[in-house]
Amino acid sequence: MSINTDMAVRVTAITQVAESVKRFRFERLDGKPFPVFPGGAHVVVAWKDGGMIRRNPYSLMSAPGDTSAYEISVLRVEKSRGGSAFLHEKVKLGDTLSLSQPVDLFPIDQRGRKHIFMAGGIGITPFMAMMDQLSKLNQNFELHYAVRTRTHGAYWQELTERYGAHRVKIYCDAEKLFIPTEPLLGAQPLGTHLYVCGPGGMIDGVLGTARKLGWPEENLHSERFLAPPPGAPFTVKLTRSNKTVEVAEHQSILEAVEAAGVDAPFMCRGGACGQCETNVTACDGEILHHDHYLPQADKASGKKIMICVSRIKGKEITLDL
Amino acid sequence: MNIKFKQETFRDDFSFQNSPEAIRRFPFPFHEDKYMYSVNMEPHVPGSKGHAYETLIDVDEHYISEMADRAKVLKEDPLRCQALPHMMQAQWDTLELLMEQMAEGYPDLFTLTRQADQWHWINRPLNIDQKFTFGDVTTLPCEPMEYITRQSQGDFCIVDQRDNNLWMDAGIATTQADWSLDFDIGMNFMEWHGPVPLAHQMGVFERALKFLLNLQQGKPVRRLNWTMTINPRLDTSPENYHKWGSDRMTVTPENVGQKVHLRCELQSLWRLPRSNAILFVIRCYLLKMGELVEVPKWGRRFPRVLKSLPPELVDYKGLTRFRDMTVEWLSKYDDGKPTSPGIYPD
Repeated sequence: MSINTDMAVRVTAITQVAESVKRFRFERLDGKPFPVFPGGAHVVVAWKDGGMIRRNPYSLMSAPGDTSAYEISVLRVEKSRGGSAFLHEKVKLGDTLSLSQPVDLFPIDQRGRKHIFMAGGIGITPFMAMMDQLSKLNQNFELHYAVRTRTHGAYWQELTERYGAHRVKIYCDAEKLFIPTEPLLGAQPLGTHLYVCGPGGMIDGVLGTARKLGWPEENLHSERFLAPPPGAPFTVKLTRSNKTVEVAEHQSILEAVEAAGVDAPFMCRGGACGQCETNVTACDGEILHHDHYLPQADKASGKKIMICVSRIKGKEITLDL
Repeated sequence: MNIKFKQETFRDDFSFQNSPEAIRRFPFPFHEDKYMYSVNMEPHVPGSKGHAYETLIDVDEHYISEMADRAKVLKEDPLRCQALPHMMQAQWDTLELLMEQMAEGYPDLFTLTRQADQWHWINRPLNIDQKFTFGDVTTLPCEPMEYITRQSQGDFCIVDQRDNNLWMDAGIATTQADWSLDFDIGMNFMEWHGPVPLAHQMGVFERALKFLLNLQQGKPVRRLNWTMTINPRLDTSPENYHKWGSDRMTVTPENVGQKVHLRCELQSLWRLPRSNAILFVIRCYLLKMGELVEVPKWGRRFPRVLKSLPPELVDYKGLTRFRDMTVEWLSKYDDGKPTSPGIYPD
């Protein structure tokens, strides 16, 4: 059972910041200040979509010390499950939504003598808050930001103006400019920490290069959020709540369970935090593990599932919930 | 809330004692007639009036005297308060949290006024009136964690979170049950819990760590821990073992009620906003056996708990030399009747 500390908010600004990217500004309905948050944190945004509650995680990109409003930026994703499409097309000024407390699964390592941020596309958002925080502490950082085209890339101009071209480097695919990962990572002082956020392929590539160059694992940080991938519908049986729930094509197990009134634990809703780890009692089908949390052995055992992003290919799964 | 602060000592003549109200508000750690380790964490939400859970950072009648004792310990041994350099943001987080909670819980005692980063703190019981710039160490008489924890009851650890572990990278410990911050500083969660018996095999620490790594802002949690102390001594540190270790030889059947204390730690854990660190508050409460039996339920329950304690725990908690004598003394208060569930007096 979780204590509800969600915050009801109103949309007080919507800004088109780049092709397919909109920024949303939220202020609290009760007029109270938002909690200060650590750069890198996200909130889970919840809204009513027809009869059901949708919840999606987004990185906070506003200044961490600004308690008057929270801001997120949302990329309109093709083949969206509904999250980004809903925010882009349906949400209007003055609408009310609900935000969770901030959660940081992508924290700054406070011991770092230098921080290198590598962003791909919308992966820029957590770094905006992190850079604001570090610059106020007079800490040493650099941003390497890859965008598809200058019009697709959000915030690159204002970031360059604010932090200077010596700290902000922009690489534009359309101009055949790419982050020179190998020379860059090969020439950093001891005590440097690397943070990567962007498409999965970019994260894997950058971290692979860093490991090859002998970077210690403790100095490598990345964040990849997963939207629960759609799939075929199936049935979930819940042993403790004694319920049977149908999971639709564009729904996660977690969403289906919540819609049935069962209070399941969750935090990131992106397969990263581990909070919604659930024991599998039986499974008539194959579990599709989409999370980044469970160790390989647990995935192979078929006894555990992260219900926020994983599902099954098959008929029915029985969960200890 | 009208607290009558006591002038009392936790050393030398040991004049500490609890008022009848303080006895009833003691966080008695046993919800049943036996005890074993568990991940006994629950949401840290305000509890009933007249209990230690009433506010989230508890201030009680021992406040002024405990702060005086802390000042003495720090003067003799400055290493009781340490913070690694990367913990400065977490120190400010801690100062903010404690000032906010104390001002909210006890508006007649503490006042916090803020205008952007210009802060004004008034602590009436300790006669402190401090204006400072939040974030600027040079505007306080010492670093922020030391500054505010010299004004807050209990020990404090600030643990950094990284590499899927928690690291004890800052803290102040002057009321500790035989552990040393100077020894533990820089250790991770598994390392500093290394000496605890039985719990490792039970998987308690793996589960607790997993739980704490996910601790959320705005949702602090608490648990109770306990041991026993001879004489109401707050500073039972390894550093000063030579001063208190032999106290355990001084218990006689005649002085159990006065000398033997149940020592309870109300531990609360808070996710900090700027640093993403966790503040671990370890607030110590002492209760004489003579005071404990004033609550009939506790007088029945505690001897039953002590009698059934696994031998490993008796040894680890350092009770070996006086446990039997204490059980004997307490048993005249146990009429064998059943006890009601839960920790509160009937």
